[in-house]
Amino acid sequence: MKEKTSLPLRRIRAENITKAVKKLFIDANTRLGRDVVAALRAGLKNEQSQLGRQVLEKIIENAAIASKASMPLCQDTGLAVLFIELGQDVRVTGGDFSRAVEEGVRQAYDDGCLRKSLCDPLTRMNTGDNTPAIMHIDIVPGNQIKIIALPKGGGSENMSRAVMLTPAAGMDGIRDFILQTVEQAGANPCPPVIVGVGIGGSLEAACLLAKKALLRPVGRKNKKDRRLAEMEAKLLEDINDLGIGPAGMGGRVTALAVHTEMMPCHIASLPVAVNLQCHAARHAEVVL
Amino acid sequence: MNDMLPAHEENLIRVETPLTDGVCTSLRAGDMVLLSGDIYTARDAAHRRMYDTVRKGLPLPVDLKGATIFYAAPAPTPVGKVIGSIGPTTSYRMDAFTPVLLEYGLKGMIGKGNRSPEVIEAIKQYRAVYFAAIGGIAALTARTVKKMELVAYKELGPEAIRKLTVSDMPLVVANDTRGGDLYARAQHKWRILV
Repeated sequence: MKEKTSLPLRRIRAENITKAVKKLFIDANTRLGRDVVAALRAGLKNEQSQLGRQVLEKIIENAAIASKASMPLCQDTGLAVLFIELGQDVRVTGGDFSRAVEEGVRQAYDDGCLRKSLCDPLTRMNTGDNTPAIMHIDIVPGNQIKIIALPKGGGSENMSRAVMLTPAAGMDGIRDFILQTVEQAGANPCPPVIVGVGIGGSLEAACLLAKKALLRPVGRKNKKDRRLAEMEAKLLEDINDLGIGPAGMGGRVTALAVHTEMMPCHIASLPVAVNLQCHAARHAEVVL
Repeated sequence: MNDMLPAHEENLIRVETPLTDGVCTSLRAGDMVLLSGDIYTARDAAHRRMYDTVRKGLPLPVDLKGATIFYAAPAPTPVGKVIGSIGPTTSYRMDAFTPVLLEYGLKGMIGKGNRSPEVIEAIKQYRAVYFAAIGGIAALTARTVKKMELVAYKELGPEAIRKLTVSDMPLVVANDTRGGDLYARAQHKWRILV
């Protein structure tokens, strides 16, 4: 393998990380991505149910209102999930990296009128500032930091599932599990959904792949593996044949896209995770 | 079974709170409703508290007779606005607490997603109604709220019980007093996967 020469060390101030994270969560929560709006408009053309079309129209109208008024698209402004690629030639100065990120989350949810939706699992008392954030950090070559904010709503997260299938279950087993997950979810995850699928790895790796799959622009097929691209297209058809429809009130548009990521797994296992994303598919990213 | 979902503007039914037996029994799954009047927000934590309170024989902080509960917790209110973004949360999590609240006079519920067989049965028994709202259109829904007042469980933060005065909030009847079920009917009509 060709060795990469390391880049000159670059200093990034912790306060700039805080500022960036704050902006990302406010932007993500108030502005729906163009890719999502385009997918919703395409859905509107395909939807045969009149009620379904009305729901899609309202979703599109809501996105315009939210953006104009800088109001959250959805009251559930989510868990603060972050995917971070930290260049190995970056030196963070003036504070701790993780604390700087947490502070950005705190400020976004406080100053941006975003709902604080985290609580103690047992007492159910709200943590008050939407922290802790859920951070996934990769160390990568380079001297930059890429931060992706993914505010993740509870309704769609609750309908997500993981399973350790047997290798014998194969492709049919994977397909059945995904379809069952979407069908059982029904109206709960706020369809039309984006279906993130992670196949392989370990239990937690499959879950992480499924969530990472949600970061793809809506409807962009898997470019690394033709098998997966084909699976995505077939699954999208099958899911839309479930008839759940927009808001679960019936119709042809149950999902906007299926995104699948895969990695090798143990010879004994076939882990599959399905991470459902509501139609308010929010994410924003920045490179520092 | 009527499998047509009425979706025409002219089919809108105006309903005012507090809800009565008469109004509830007149509504049918699939009816498009514009709801006006006072409603309460309450979701997971508030339901747990109300349930525990009535089980202990203690008085509730709000009178549930004829009341409508919106399964919701708004985003914080921006300066100059009545309320922040607001919309329905998933209703099934309230199912375990719902029959008891219906027994105490609760008439209307607003949320998203289907209900348990026990709740569907209790809606028939107590002549109540479950309305479906569209999730994820919270900036739009906030416009239907004209007034907001915190009334109980302040310490629950967003999950506190708030009284909202709403005007023409668009809803669809999901479960009615005859056992009609919007979600079940919708899937029956639109599913083509074999």
